[in-house]
Amino acid sequence: MSSESQQILTTDGIPLEVSLKKAERRNKIKAFLLVAPLLLFLIITYVFPIGDMLMRSVDDKMVTEMLPKTFKAMEKWNGKELPEEEVFEAFYLDFRQLVDEKREGKLSTQLNYTKNGFKSIIKKLRRKSKNFEEGNYKEQIMAVHKRWADVEYWKAIKRRAPAFTGQKYLKGMDMYKNENGEIVSVEEDRRIHRILWLRTLEIAFFVTLFCFLMAYPIAHLLATLPMKYSNLLMICVLLPFWTSLLVRTASWMILLQQQGVVNDLFVGIGLVADDARPQMMYNKTGTYVAMTQILLPFMVLPLYSVMKTISPSLMRAGKSLGGTPIVAFWKVYFPLTIPGIGAGCLLCFILAIGYYITPALVGGASGTLISNQIAFHMKSTLDWSFASAMGLMLLSGVLAIYWVYNKLVGIDNIKLG
Amino acid sequence: MALPKHTELHYRIWHYFYLFICGSVFFFLIAPLFVIFPLSFNAEEFLSFSDGMKSLDPDAFSLRWYKDMIYGTKNPWGLAAKNSFIIAIFATIGSVLLGTVAALGLSSRHMPYKGIIMAILISPMIVPLIISGVAIFFFMAKAGLAATHTGIVLAHIILGTPFVVITVTATLSGFDHSVTRAAASLGSNPVNTFMKITLPLILPGVISGGLFAFVTSFDEVVVVLFLAGLENTTIPIQMWTGLREQLSPTILAVATCLIILSTLILVTAELLRRRSERLRGINR
Repeated sequence: MSSESQQILTTDGIPLEVSLKKAERRNKIKAFLLVAPLLLFLIITYVFPIGDMLMRSVDDKMVTEMLPKTFKAMEKWNGKELPEEEVFEAFYLDFRQLVDEKREGKLSTQLNYTKNGFKSIIKKLRRKSKNFEEGNYKEQIMAVHKRWADVEYWKAIKRRAPAFTGQKYLKGMDMYKNENGEIVSVEEDRRIHRILWLRTLEIAFFVTLFCFLMAYPIAHLLATLPMKYSNLLMICVLLPFWTSLLVRTASWMILLQQQGVVNDLFVGIGLVADDARPQMMYNKTGTYVAMTQILLPFMVLPLYSVMKTISPSLMRAGKSLGGTPIVAFWKVYFPLTIPGIGAGCLLCFILAIGYYITPALVGGASGTLISNQIAFHMKSTLDWSFASAMGLMLLSGVLAIYWVYNKLVGIDNIKLG
Repeated sequence: MALPKHTELHYRIWHYFYLFICGSVFFFLIAPLFVIFPLSFNAEEFLSFSDGMKSLDPDAFSLRWYKDMIYGTKNPWGLAAKNSFIIAIFATIGSVLLGTVAALGLSSRHMPYKGIIMAILISPMIVPLIISGVAIFFFMAKAGLAATHTGIVLAHIILGTPFVVITVTATLSGFDHSVTRAAASLGSNPVNTFMKITLPLILPGVISGGLFAFVTSFDEVVVVLFLAGLENTTIPIQMWTGLREQLSPTILAVATCLIILSTLILVTAELLRRRSERLRGINR
């Protein structure tokens, strides 16, 4: 390393160390260039759009841009009693501009989000403001409707001044910022999102648990049976794995209908009366059953790949040392399968928490998850910023779980079939 | 799994109980798929077994719904199948090209920032589909590619590449790099070395990655639901609409065809996996 000792030179007379470093750098660039096309493609089409979601979710420029003069004039307002004439004047000028551009409807929708009651008074203001005289706008506006003389409505307008807002995130947690800027929860009976978050967690947790309880014995059987039998049984795991999600959901819809195969069977063996067939679909039961079957292969495969590496002689050794089979299993076999359990459970949980198609088809109203709510806002209410905010909340949850997964198992250990 | 003769009774009972549990789970996994087969041949319009079917009356079975699938009036399935195959084939080609090249770079020991880059490359597999759907929709809408085949193909390339990257990197992990050095020392240029030496050796991995990408695209519904217009309808979209509106036996006929297709893919994937393990010298 030291420059004092004699340097080894290549045939070109360059010190070997320099030459090696150069070659190393060239290799690095070569490797990077191979990855670059895909990396660039994904950054443009995927990573940036997720950033775009983040921007949309906090974006609140609409009102800021619609009422520029008003917000400028409001900077001096103390925000406690009714604002001064100059705020009213600025608001009047902004409002006339919006009416000329036929955008006052958008303003009323936006302000109505912040406080109910803006819709009608903005409509009234549009009609009356045509005949406004110059000067003393405060009196004239307040005369349009008594709510225009209510300071709460002016406070509500001021709350829309910032170009960025966290209110979509608060809304996702059923909270909002009240008149005094405090963060409070909505009334008990309107907390729909919290119910959905909790339900998503609950369903993901129980589906993972059911998958684990069902996958463990069959993974063990697959790993210990002789190859020729286990290959055959493996098909039972792999065929559903490769089959279309919609096909599997369709088959559950056929099975679980009120006139479906399972109910027919129950009636046939006299378990339930023909006129009292239980509702097994369009509720939580349907979601649980279908999701468990669909996600089961994702639990079996990691468990199997871990169990395959455990030598059967370990169990024999445990037994020969005096352990009963149960003790030998619990003290020897089970601890060795923990990496597989971790991988399978986290994989299952991550997949379950973001499930959309199956709950939408068999879940009904009581079995839908947070993903369904996101899709609903994307397609029906068109509140894309809210959908983005909910999506990012879900994403941060998934990334947290994924981080744990990476710590426990490592991302390189993902196995596919 | 025969038990030794000296096994005590309660262990014997426990063992059969265990086999029973396993049997039930296997039944739970596979039976739902097999309900579809007979019902798709139902002569009637119901989605449960008619009395005729239970007594195996030949008149209770028919190919009626298969005919409806192919010749039915205002039939959406033909267009959907065409679109699905076109989109899936192009998405597979794109995923395999991008994914294989990237995997070659990633498995080089000189690759800088390997961890973070790998995380980005496989992120479309980890991020819930609904979020990917929203993000990709925003991009395609801005780029003017919503409701076009190109847009859907690009979206499916995004979703398919992680599988190719993972399978090809796994194949390359057992790859003996001295063979490429040998080729180079014999005067072969890098492209020639890749085509003649590396590619044939990693081909099983590339093909099975391609199969994953194909199935991902062919079966994908969440993202397409955001992106597709009427002209871009695919088989999953038609199934989704059918399942939401009215569960008709025609869907079961389509589902049967899809199960046959997935069986073929499963067999191919299994054969490839075994071949790849043999080539990598993993013998079990």
